[in-house]
Amino acid sequence: MSSVEASDGIAEGNDNEMPANTYADTAYDVPVFNSNGQIVLHPEIGFYEGLINNLLADGYQMCVDLCGVDYLKNLTRKLPNGTKAERFELVVNFLDLSEKRRIRVRVQLPEDDLKVPSISMIYPGAEAMEREASDMFGFVFEGHPDPTPILLPEGWMGHPLRKDFSMGRIPVQFKAVEGR
Amino acid sequence: MSTLDHLRNRDAILRISESEAENRAEVIDPDDERMIINMGPQHPSTHGVLRVTMELQGETVLRSKPVIGYLHTGMEKTAEDLTFLQGPTNVTRMDYAAPLFTELVYSLAVEKLLDIEIPERATWIRMLMCELNRMSSHLLFLATNGMDLGSVGMMIYGWREREEVLRFFEKVTGLRMNHNYIRPGGVAADLPDNWQSDVREILEILPERLEQFDVLMTGQPIWRDRTQGVGVITAEEAIALGATGPILRSTGYAWDTRRTMPYLAYDKVDFDIVVGTYGDTFDRYAIRLNEIRESMRIVEQCLDMIPKGPYRVEDRKVTPPPRARIDESMEALIHHFKIFTEGYKVPAGEVYTAVESPRGELGCYLVSDGGSKPQRMHIRAPSFVNLQTLPHMMHGGLLADAVAVISSIDPIMGEVDR
Repeated sequence: MSSVEASDGIAEGNDNEMPANTYADTAYDVPVFNSNGQIVLHPEIGFYEGLINNLLADGYQMCVDLCGVDYLKNLTRKLPNGTKAERFELVVNFLDLSEKRRIRVRVQLPEDDLKVPSISMIYPGAEAMEREASDMFGFVFEGHPDPTPILLPEGWMGHPLRKDFSMGRIPVQFKAVEGR
Repeated sequence: MSTLDHLRNRDAILRISESEAENRAEVIDPDDERMIINMGPQHPSTHGVLRVTMELQGETVLRSKPVIGYLHTGMEKTAEDLTFLQGPTNVTRMDYAAPLFTELVYSLAVEKLLDIEIPERATWIRMLMCELNRMSSHLLFLATNGMDLGSVGMMIYGWREREEVLRFFEKVTGLRMNHNYIRPGGVAADLPDNWQSDVREILEILPERLEQFDVLMTGQPIWRDRTQGVGVITAEEAIALGATGPILRSTGYAWDTRRTMPYLAYDKVDFDIVVGTYGDTFDRYAIRLNEIRESMRIVEQCLDMIPKGPYRVEDRKVTPPPRARIDESMEALIHHFKIFTEGYKVPAGEVYTAVESPRGELGCYLVSDGGSKPQRMHIRAPSFVNLQTLPHMMHGGLLADAVAVISSIDPIMGEVDR
C-alpha cells in the first residue's frame, strides 16, 4: 500500500495534472485550492484564528465539522505553493446557510508542535468536535473551555486515530473511577 | 455576537471532569442547596448509554453536561483497515436506526473521488430506500418519545409500524438493519419482483395509523402540557451550536439539505420542508410526525418515476462481474476475486459530502492516498453535534422535563460515539 511511502517531505504543488484539482490564487488572504470542486483554504497556523473570524463575518454561520487527519509519512499530497506538508492536519468545514455554500479550512500541524487556537469561543458548536480531535490525535486546543476527554475514558494513554497507534496493540485499558 | 454572549452568560454547561462528577455526586451543597447527580448511562430513557451529569437545585436543572463515549468502538479507525468496497459494512453500524444514510454518504464520497456517475435507476432506488428509512427512523422516534413521556401504548404502535418498513427492507437487502445495501457504484441488488405492491401496502396502512397517533398524542392535553414550551431553543442558538435537522427546523429555520443543497434526485420530486415555530419539544415531535407524511409523498413519486436500467455502474473497475459470467469466464472469476480481496484503487484526494439524515446533516470526510483503503474516514454525526444543545435546552427546566428534552433530540448513541 502506498500509504507509508517515504518521501523527501516537501510539498509538490507546481504541476496541474488533475483538472478537477486546480490552484486558484488566494481568498481571505490565504492560499485557496479547488479540491474535487470544493473550496479549500490553506492558512498557516498563525493566520488560522483570524481567518475563522473573517469567515464568520463573511456569513459562514455554522462550523459543521472539525476533525484531524494523520498523514504520517505520506507527505506527497497536493498543496498550494508555499504550504509545507506536515504530518497532521486539522480540517474544519463551514456552512453558510443563507448563501447555501460550503468552505473548508485545512491547517498543517507539525508533529512536535500540536498547539492550535481553539475556535469554540467563535463557534460554540466546535467545542465537542475539538475535544474529539484532541482525544484522537492529541491536538492541544489553546483556550478551550473544557479540555477533557470526550469519547475516550479519562486517563487513556495514546491517541487512537494516529497512524502509529496500531489496532490490537494494547489490551483495552479499564480502571476504576478515582475515589472509589 | 449577541447570541454568543448570550450562550456564554447563560452558564448552562457543567464543565467538570467525569471523575469529579463521580466524587461530588449526590452531595448537597449547604450554601445554595445545589447537588450534582448522574443520570445514566443505564437509565431507561437515555436511549442507550447516554450519561448526563446534572447540577440540580431542588427540582430545577441548572447546569448539565452530556457524558458520552460508552459505545465508542473506534469505527473510524476500523474504516482505515477496510477497503473502499468493505467500507459500507462498517459505517452502516453507526446510526443503527437509519443505517442507509451512512452508507449513502460514504458511497457518495467514494464516488466523488472516483469521479463516476451512477445510473439513474440506482439514484432513484437510493432515494426510495432512504425515504423509507427516514419513515422507519421517525416511527422509532415516535415510539421512544411516547414511551419516555409515559404514553407507553405509543411504544407498541411505533415499533409495529416501523416493523412494516423493516419487513420490506428485509425483502430487498436481506437484513432488517445494517444492510450494506448502498455501495460505491450503485446498490447491491435490484429491487425484488412486485416491490411496488409491498411499498403501496405500506403507503396504504400508514396514513390511517398516523391519524391514530394524532388522536393518541398530538391532540392530548396531557401530551401538550408535557411538551409545549419545554426545552426551547432559538434559531441563532441552534446555528451557533451546529445543530441541524429537526432541532434547527423546529425553530422555524427552513434548512433541509435535500432542498437547499440537493443531492440524488431530490430536485425532481415534490415535497415540503416541515418547520416549527417555537423551537420546543412539541415542535420537534410534530416535525418528525409530519416528515413521515412528506417522505410518503416522495416514496409515492418514486413509485411512478423510477426509471428502468442498470442498478449499479457498469464500470468494471468498481463493480464485480455478474454472477453468470463467473461460470463461463476465467478472467471474470479472477476479476471478481481481485475486487473482493484487493479492492479497487481510489485516486488520491479529499472530499466532504453531506446528506440530510433523519437527525440532521450527516457528513463524510474522506481522504484517499491513491490506495484501496481510505487514509482517513471521518463521519460528521448529527447526533454528536446536536447533543451540545442539550444543556441549553434543559437549563432552568424541571428534572422531569429533562427526559422529554433528551428524547426530543433523538440521539442514536451508536452514531454519537462511533
